[in-house]
Amino acid sequence: MPLNIDENIEGSFQVIGGNFDKAGEASSQLKLKLFEVGADEDVIRRAAIATFEAEMNVIIYAAAGRLQYLITPSYIEIRIEDMGPGIEDTDQAMQEGYSTAPDWVREMGWGAGMGLPNMKKNSDKFKIDSIVGEGTTIEMIMNFP
Amino acid sequence: MKLNDLVEELSLEAKTFKEGLQNEIAGAYVSDLLSDVMGNSKKGDVWVTLQTHLNIVAVAGHAGLAGIIIVGGRQLQEAVLQKAEAEKITIMSTPLSAFETAGRLYKLLT
Amino acid sequence: MILKEIIKILNATTITSSVDRELNIKTACSADMMSAVLYYHTPDSLLITGLAQPQVIRTAEIAGIKTILFILDKKPAENIISLAEKHNISLLSTPFCMYTASGKLFEAGLPSCQGK
Repeated sequence: MPLNIDENIEGSFQVIGGNFDKAGEASSQLKLKLFEVGADEDVIRRAAIATFEAEMNVIIYAAAGRLQYLITPSYIEIRIEDMGPGIEDTDQAMQEGYSTAPDWVREMGWGAGMGLPNMKKNSDKFKIDSIVGEGTTIEMIMNFP
Repeated sequence: MKLNDLVEELSLEAKTFKEGLQNEIAGAYVSDLLSDVMGNSKKGDVWVTLQTHLNIVAVAGHAGLAGIIIVGGRQLQEAVLQKAEAEKITIMSTPLSAFETAGRLYKLLT
Repeated sequence: MILKEIIKILNATTITSSVDRELNIKTACSADMMSAVLYYHTPDSLLITGLAQPQVIRTAEIAGIKTILFILDKKPAENIISLAEKHNISLLSTPFCMYTASGKLFEAGLPSCQGK
């Protein structure tokens, strides 16, 4: 069922690197927004999970990042751009269990090498582009049923 | 009870250092936090985790653990398999979750 | 399994001011890695964890988890407790380790959450 909205909804959040205490706020707000517009619960859940993982990646690896979303009647698109170190080999980074997170991050419950696979698993379309020394951009689309 | 008995009872897949399947198990410890395992596990415990980082091999060695059970059917990187083989650490794997693996072990060991 | 049974089996103490003891817990998930909690299908699960960080509450909120059980008598900081209360998430603590807590609940018939 397509979403009953008159026009597309757009929004964005800033994510600051290293700020673990604020981790999850953007995903939490996006989740609320999707509830407000009456989106399908499974899509809300998938979008929230994928966004949270993306947010954590910015917090763990980058100086800062920007998360933008676009809600249309038929899908939600989420785009995360960061000013981080970039990923040399994105195929390798997509492998389950591969992680370059430092040990202290693993002690905080992250860096299991599940983040990128988890984002992909929860998206209908998933794209990652990265330039070493510049940053990483992830685009995800979840279709409404 | 030996690791071998667990492999049979829980249908585990032995991944590395199969000679170690003869190791006796003293107990079990379930955790994904390496420092926690270093600090709180006991010698001879079998360690249940979904952590697949290379450092699990060193942790199991330092803590004198009987072996490692990787849950959730998670794949191990080649480097981890090689290091475990070289350092004589027995790694087994199961598609079951950590909760269920712990539950089944508990029934066997207590 | 009703939460009050879990509390009894695990000698658990309640941390948040309000805990719905009649809540029906359908499955359990034992994990310290938050992506694992997000990876498995965990709504209405009990999360058993040794990690007492603010992201545990965020993860629970996003995964639809309403109850978190900390092992080894861990008690999170005040700001984490308030965050949980704000999101109606109940926090509990047990003296047992993750292995024993999981073992006792599995033995009592609580099923595991499933990968999806």
